[in-house]
Amino acid sequence: MLRVLLSHWQRHPLQLATLLIGLIAATALWSGVQALNQQARTSYDRAAAALGGSRTAMLESRSGDSFAQSLFVELRRAGWPVSPLLEGRVQVGGRTLRLLGIEPLSMPIEAGTAPGITGGELQNFLTPPGQALLAPDTLNELKASAGAVLTTDAERALPPLTPQPELVPGVLVVDIGIAQHLLNKPDQLSKLLIGSADHGPRAELRSVVGDQLRYVAADDATDLERLTDSFHLNLTAFGLLSFLVGLFIVNSAIGLAFEQRRPMLRTLRACGASAAELNAVLITELLLLSLIGGLIGLIGGYFIAAALLPDVAATLRGLYGAQLPGQLSLRPSWWFAGLAISVIGALSASTASLLKASRLPVLTAAQPRAWQDAQQRWLLLQGGAALALALVGALLVWLGDSLTTGFAVLATILLGAALGLPAVLGVLLRLGERLTRRPVATWFWADSRLQLSGLSLALMALLLALGVNVGVGTMVQSFSRTFNVWLDGRLAAEVYVSAADEAQAAEIKALLRDRPQVQAVLPGVRAEVKLDGWPTDLLGFADHATYRDNWPLLQATTNSWDRLAAGDGVMVSEQLARRMKLKLGDRLQVPTPTGTWPLDIVAIYADYGNPRGQLGVGIDALVAHFPGIAQTRFGLRVAPEAVPALVSELRDRFHLDNRSLADQSLVKTESKRIFNRTFAVTNALNAFTLGIAGVALFTSLLTLSQSRLPQLAPLWALGLTRRKLALLELGKTMAMALITALLALPLGLLVAWCLIAVVNVKAFGWRLPFAVFPAELAQLLAVALLAALLAALLPIIKLLRTQPAQLVKVFADER
Amino acid sequence: MHGSHASLRQMLRIRALTKSYRSGPDRIKVLRGIDLGVGAGESVALTGESGSGKSTLLHLIAGLDQPDSGEVRFGDTVISSLPDAGRAAFRRDRLGLVFQQFNLIPSLTVSDNLAFQAKLAGRHDPDWLRELTERLGLAALTRRYPEQLSGGQQQRVAIGRALAPKPLLLLADEPTGNLDEATADEVMRLVRDLVTRSGCSFLMVTHSERLAALLDRQVHLRAGLIA
Repeated sequence: MLRVLLSHWQRHPLQLATLLIGLIAATALWSGVQALNQQARTSYDRAAAALGGSRTAMLESRSGDSFAQSLFVELRRAGWPVSPLLEGRVQVGGRTLRLLGIEPLSMPIEAGTAPGITGGELQNFLTPPGQALLAPDTLNELKASAGAVLTTDAERALPPLTPQPELVPGVLVVDIGIAQHLLNKPDQLSKLLIGSADHGPRAELRSVVGDQLRYVAADDATDLERLTDSFHLNLTAFGLLSFLVGLFIVNSAIGLAFEQRRPMLRTLRACGASAAELNAVLITELLLLSLIGGLIGLIGGYFIAAALLPDVAATLRGLYGAQLPGQLSLRPSWWFAGLAISVIGALSASTASLLKASRLPVLTAAQPRAWQDAQQRWLLLQGGAALALALVGALLVWLGDSLTTGFAVLATILLGAALGLPAVLGVLLRLGERLTRRPVATWFWADSRLQLSGLSLALMALLLALGVNVGVGTMVQSFSRTFNVWLDGRLAAEVYVSAADEAQAAEIKALLRDRPQVQAVLPGVRAEVKLDGWPTDLLGFADHATYRDNWPLLQATTNSWDRLAAGDGVMVSEQLARRMKLKLGDRLQVPTPTGTWPLDIVAIYADYGNPRGQLGVGIDALVAHFPGIAQTRFGLRVAPEAVPALVSELRDRFHLDNRSLADQSLVKTESKRIFNRTFAVTNALNAFTLGIAGVALFTSLLTLSQSRLPQLAPLWALGLTRRKLALLELGKTMAMALITALLALPLGLLVAWCLIAVVNVKAFGWRLPFAVFPAELAQLLAVALLAALLAALLPIIKLLRTQPAQLVKVFADER
Repeated sequence: MHGSHASLRQMLRIRALTKSYRSGPDRIKVLRGIDLGVGAGESVALTGESGSGKSTLLHLIAGLDQPDSGEVRFGDTVISSLPDAGRAAFRRDRLGLVFQQFNLIPSLTVSDNLAFQAKLAGRHDPDWLRELTERLGLAALTRRYPEQLSGGQQQRVAIGRALAPKPLLLLADEPTGNLDEATADEVMRLVRDLVTRSGCSFLMVTHSERLAALLDRQVHLRAGLIA
């Protein structure tokens, strides 16, 4: 029986190809995105589990600065199972690396997953010249080989490089003594890791170290995981969308195949096969096809993930500072999940057809019209569902208050629009039919309407893809425009300097006083506090026109800068204001070492892309509330043409690296580059989704073209040429694609609004100004029409090449 | 009766027409040299066994297919040598076609189907269309779609569509082949009546000797030749 059913595909290879393309595309994009997510999460896990990561409990200084090594000795004596760790950054070959100095003998077991420094390796690590452990990716980036001895940009020699696959990229692990030398921090530590193993009684922390250190408990979910959640949710949403679009293709191919096989099913029933047997065989056939499609899709997914990985890694590094290895490593579970999703997808896409096949009386002749009528009823149901979804979406916007509801609103908008599309198209086509009097024009609209049920899924896919493209495109464009203006405001000084210590800062300032090209030195101070449990930076602003003229304020009182200078006003970053529900005029109590500092909120400013909270206060008041705070940062106002020479002089004279000395124009260029890469993945997934929608349209048109001859032959017989018929067919496809694309524009703008006003606000805490970009919309419209033209071309060429003898066959019942 | 029926008023003249088809490795000669004439206002029945080439001959006359050799002349125009667009224009402007399977346009209502070719040919006559609609018993069905009609009703629409532009020649391929005997007789009487009323020539392919006997003349095809 299976062989009989499979023979259908032999006779309709194009339909088989359509079905497999749908399955492959759906599985490939879904599993590709999942591979990226899995890769990223594995990296976060590894980073968290590695030395100094959040999976290990630890002690650190209250200010976050380094502390004396003697505390370690005291705590060990008091029974604390602590292990010292020094953390810092070094520059090697212009690349900044995170340097971790460890003491492997006392290191807790749960913190030791990263470097394989056991047994013989331990001795090599500890004895001179020691080892600098790093990820193979990092070794490649440094263009070095194992065993190489490199020097830092501050001209200090590193131990021989030793690759360790377990390490996250961008990290160098050395013995703590070497780290203290490299970082120029003798007898200093950053953290003390605490093992979970019971080492007997230990003294109370405060009694040993006083207030110098605080206990940080181990955390199951890392900050990185929390921060990147929205990014991965975004990726998953795209994967799901592509998966759904792929399933549209599967659904349409299987629906048609079932209808065409009804006579065959009837014959099999007449020969004694039971309905249950037939359904079982149909499902077996489906399983077989979905496994084949799924396997090919998985291979495609692997390549998609590998192609996108560099951009995803760059995005995660740029946005969140997360480090991802450049090589994909996938678990077996990914392969099984991919195959399972293909099978589940194929079965769910076929459910309607399987139900129809089992419910419709098999012993009646094939009734394409009845099938189409049934489709019409489905369209009505779909319209109803679309309305219901629109209502649910509106309710969610009104009541919802989380990122998940934000995505749920997006899903209801997109799904509702897709489900409502056939009904809207039906109304518009009927309107076109009513408004025309000429016979061919009447037929044009009437026949488009008849074809609607066969094309509706592909058009829904096109609507979704275009809607998402418009939505995401508008959001990215809005962001890009805002980001550039914002960056100019935030980086108004031409040069930024961060001295190693106050002595160096004084030296630099003294030198700058003798440089007439330096128009102003703007001191900057940064302190850290926690507000509502949220890490928040406190910035000290000098009272200077540079800030007054450029700082990107969203809302402000009239005398905001004066209040800031007076020390009783505070400016709040947008995300902090939203998180703490703060508004102008509210009073904020800021904890400081000298007690609580009451401040009135005088402005709210944009701080895009910063996962931490931020406050701006007057610099003098900040220094007064944080006595002894390092005043090592400053911005310089310099004539732009004098910047390169000044930067060069400061770098040479004070050995400042790229982190300590920044040319504003270079920082802006780099920021814009990171920004553009951030959206490279989104753009790629957008293009994939649009491509799949194009394929869905193509396969639907190709499938429909198989059954078009009987409908076109009478028109040809009545005096329309094949050329004219082909043009009419092309016109119908283009008209439906154009209407769909035009409907996608308002849908896309709605999606953009949802992304900007709901999702972004929930995910990042800031809201962008909404802008419409007509040129981009026109461009996308043209792309959609081009995709429709390409999709329609092959069926049209086939029709043009149809010989009269083939058309005559429609009428001939004898030869 | 013989195919070389001569008349000065002959509207359709067919000379030495041959046509063959490829069937697997073989080539089957369907028409082996047909000569036939149909006069203006004359009605002719084309009869023959299955496979004798009746439908093929009809398709060649309509310009739906092209002969291997020979000539189909309609008035002064040699249909068989016209290009595709010319043959399409000929069908649109001069012919009415009725097929056994009706071949209505499924997306159009009965009234749009009826008026389609007449409008296409620029000869839409509302009075004539109304008369056709009433005489064919379709007045109550004009807003329906083809699939909502019975076989007999669909065939009436097909006949109405073919006659609406007042063609010079009506070609019908087994127009009652899908109808029961009583309905077939009724439809045939109606067609004859309307053909007479419109003054066009009529060439009908049929298996039925009984229906063939209703027309002016019968031409019998046997193995691709006129018997």
